[in-house]
Amino acid sequence: MKTNFSKISLILFAVLAMAITSCKPKNAGTAVQGDSGNKSFVAPGQYDEFYNFVSGGFSGQMSVYGIPSGRMLKVIPVFSVDPEKGWGYSEETKPMLNTSHGFVPWDDFHHVEMSQKEGMYDGKWAFGNANNTPRLARIDLKTFRTAEIIELPNSAGNHSSPYGTENTEYVVAGTRFSVPGDNDNGDVPISSYKQNFKGHISFVSVDPNSGDMNLAFQIRTPGVNFDLARAGKAKSHGWFFFSCYNTEQANTLLEVNASKNDKDFIMAVNWKKAEEYLKAGKGVKQKVKYAHNKWNEKTHSATSTIKEEVIVLDAAELKDICYLIPCPKSPHGCDVDPTGEYIVGSGKLAALLPVFSFDKIQKAIAGKKYEGDYGGIPVIKYEEALYGEVQKPGLGPLHTEFDDKGNAYTSFFVSSEVVKWNVKDLKVLDRVPTYYSVGHLCVPGGNTRKPYGKYVIAYNKITKDRYLPTGPELTQSAQLYDISGDKMQLILDYPTIGEPHYAQAVAADLIRNNGQLKIYNISENEHPYVAKGEDQTKVVREGKKVHVYMTSIRSHFAPDNIEGIQVGDEVYFHVTNLEQDWDVPHGFAIKGANNGELLIMPGETTTLKWNADRVGMFPFYCTDFCSALHQEMQGYIRVSPAGSKVPLSYSLNKTPEELPKK
Amino acid sequence: MVQFRILLGSILLAFLIACGGPSQKSTAETGDAAAPQETQANPSDYDPDRGAGKFNEENVVLGATLDKAMADRGHEIQKVKCSACHKLTDEKLVGPGWKGVTERQKPFWIMNFITNPDEMIDKDPVLQAQLELCLVRMPNQNLTDDEARDILEFMRENDGVK
Repeated sequence: MKTNFSKISLILFAVLAMAITSCKPKNAGTAVQGDSGNKSFVAPGQYDEFYNFVSGGFSGQMSVYGIPSGRMLKVIPVFSVDPEKGWGYSEETKPMLNTSHGFVPWDDFHHVEMSQKEGMYDGKWAFGNANNTPRLARIDLKTFRTAEIIELPNSAGNHSSPYGTENTEYVVAGTRFSVPGDNDNGDVPISSYKQNFKGHISFVSVDPNSGDMNLAFQIRTPGVNFDLARAGKAKSHGWFFFSCYNTEQANTLLEVNASKNDKDFIMAVNWKKAEEYLKAGKGVKQKVKYAHNKWNEKTHSATSTIKEEVIVLDAAELKDICYLIPCPKSPHGCDVDPTGEYIVGSGKLAALLPVFSFDKIQKAIAGKKYEGDYGGIPVIKYEEALYGEVQKPGLGPLHTEFDDKGNAYTSFFVSSEVVKWNVKDLKVLDRVPTYYSVGHLCVPGGNTRKPYGKYVIAYNKITKDRYLPTGPELTQSAQLYDISGDKMQLILDYPTIGEPHYAQAVAADLIRNNGQLKIYNISENEHPYVAKGEDQTKVVREGKKVHVYMTSIRSHFAPDNIEGIQVGDEVYFHVTNLEQDWDVPHGFAIKGANNGELLIMPGETTTLKWNADRVGMFPFYCTDFCSALHQEMQGYIRVSPAGSKVPLSYSLNKTPEELPKK
Repeated sequence: MVQFRILLGSILLAFLIACGGPSQKSTAETGDAAAPQETQANPSDYDPDRGAGKFNEENVVLGATLDKAMADRGHEIQKVKCSACHKLTDEKLVGPGWKGVTERQKPFWIMNFITNPDEMIDKDPVLQAQLELCLVRMPNQNLTDDEARDILEFMRENDGVK
C-alpha cells in the first residue's frame, strides 16, 4: 500500500508540475493562477481563519462559512421557518415569527451587520434585516441562534438596514418603499404619492450588555426610496449616511421614471442632534402597532409583545438633523472608509464614483453652502461636499469595501468586476472579473476602523456556466480573491444559499473565544414543562389537551409507550434532552404530524404539537443519529376513539404483565 | 483541463498535509460508537487502577462513615443525569447497575471516569470490555468536581456505607 501510495504521489507530483508549467494565464477573464487552490485550502481537521456571516437573501436565513475554505458551517434560521430545526414549528419558536400581521413564515434577508465597540467587531451579535415585512433580527453569536426580532412600523421594504453605529448604539432601518404612515389614512389614490407618501428611518437602540433592541425613534422624511446606509466612524461618529433614489417620486415604471434625475441624494443624518431633539420632547408620539419578539435562554421559549407607540421626528421641521448631498444617478452603496473621512456614493447608472469629504460636508453646513432644499431639507452644493471623483471606474457601481492600506474595492454589476482604487489619489489600481454580475463585497472587517485586508469576497447574482447545471436555476455563488498583494487574485468559487447580499467576516478567534455555548445547563432550565430526570416524566390530560413531559438520552425516550390518547386530542410533546455533552442534540418526530421535527439541544426543552386525527398506533423516533443504538430510540402512542374507556397511561421498560390489559 | 490538474494538485497537498499532521485527538461521542477506536496512548502510560483524569489517592479522601448531606446531593444529581441509564441494583439497563461499583473500582477511578468518560473509554481495558456489551459510550454529563464527589458518596450509600 505504501509503495503504491508513493508511486501515486510521484505521478501526482508530475501532474502538478505539468499543471503549473502548462498553466499560462490567457487573459484576465480566464486566469486562475497555479497556487490559487493552495491559498484557499484548509486541511481536514484544521480551522478556517475567518468566520463569514452571509445573508441568505430570499431564503430568509443567515449562513455561516469558513474563509478561506468556503466551507459552509451552519444555516441559522432567522426570518423563515426551518422544519429541520423546528424553527417556527415548535411551540417555543412560533412567537419569534409573530408580527402585527400575525405569524409570517418567510422573509427576504439582505444584510448582515456585526456588533461593534469603538469601531471594531466585538463578536457578540449579528443583525439582519427583513426586507418584505420590515423587521430587524439580532442573532446571538454565542449560541448561533436568533435571539430577538423587532418589527418596524411606518415602513415598507426595509432595505437600508441593519447598518450600525461604531459602538452599536443604534442599528438603523430605512424604508425602500415610501408609504403613508401607519397612523395616517393609507386608503389614498396612488396619484397622490407626492403628498401622502413618506419615508421613515428607524433608529433602534441596542443595550450594550443584554443586546435588547428598542425602537428609540424614527425620522420622517420626504417620500423617496432609501437604499443603503453606513454610520460614520471615528471623526464622523455621530453621523449616518443613507443613499436615496427615486427622488423623482415616481410610483410606476420606476426603471424609467426613477432614473431621470442626473443626481439623487446621499442623506447625512446628525443622529446625536436627533437624540437632543428627542430629549427636548420635539418628537411626536404616534399610535402604531408592531411586534417585539424575544427569546429567553432560561425558559427556552420566545415571547411576542405587541407595542403601540413610536416617537417620530420630522426632518423638514427640525432643520439641523438631515442634509442632502447630490449624488449621481440612483446611488446604491454609500460606504464610509476606515478613517471616517470619506464617503463613497455608488450611482448604479453613473459613469464615475464620487467620494465625499466629511470635513467638507461639515464646512458646507457651517457656511450654509446650499443649492436649495428638497421637501424642506437643505441640499448641499455638490462641489462643496465632494472630495473627488474616480473617473471611468467601470459600469454599474454598487458597493465599496476597504482594506488596511488606504484602498477601496468597488463592485460593478454591469461590467462584472471588482475594481481596486486608492482612496487618497482616486486612481484605479487593479480590476478583476467576477462570474457574474457581482453585488455586495466583503473584506473581513471591511466596515470597521481596521479591516484585515487579506481577502475580498464577491457575492454574485448570476453563475451561468460556473457550475454543473441544476435545471433552470443555478446555484448562487461567492468568489474569494486574495488581495494581500498589489494584484487581486481569484482563489475560490463556492456556492451559497438563497441569494447572498451583504456579508461580514471576522477573525475566527474572536467568535471562537467569545464564550461559545456548548450545552444548556439543565439545572438552569426553567421551561414550564421541563422534566429534570426520568422520575419527573409524566402525561397529563387537560380536557382535549394532553401534555407529555418526556426526556431523551442516548438512546431512549421516557416514557416510550403512551396509551389512552383519543381522536381529537391535541398532544404536546415537551421533550427535555437530558444530555449535558457538546454536540449531542436529539431529534423527535411522530407519524402524521402536520409539523416539523424537533431538534433538542443538550439540556433544552422543546415542544411539538401533534393532533391525534385517527385511531391507531403511531410511532415516534429520534431523528438525529445519536449513538450505536439510535435506531432503537423510538416509541408508540396508541390513539383510541373519542370517548374511549382506555385509561391514560405511560411507561418505559415495562413487561406485558406490568402494563394495562385493555 | 487546467482546473482539473489544479484539483489534483490540491488533492496531493491534502495528502501531504494530512500525512504530516498531528494524530487525531480522542474522539468525542459521535454517532457510531461501534466504529473501531484508535488507541493513541502508549498503554504503559495508563494506570488502570487510577484511570485518566485529575483524581488520585491524594485528592479523593473518603470518610470512615457516610457524609449523608453529600450523598443526598449526589442522589439528586443521579436522578437528573444518571438514572436514565443506570439502575441502583446490579441489573444492567443501558449501562451497568450501580450496586457494588464502589467495591469493584477505586473511588478516584470512578471520579475520573464520570468526569472524563471519553478518554477513559478509549484507554481503559475494563471500559472497553464494557463497551462491547453496552454499545453506547457513556455520555459526558458535564459534572463538576463537587458533583462527581457527591455522586461517589451516593454510590457508597447505595453500597451500604453508613
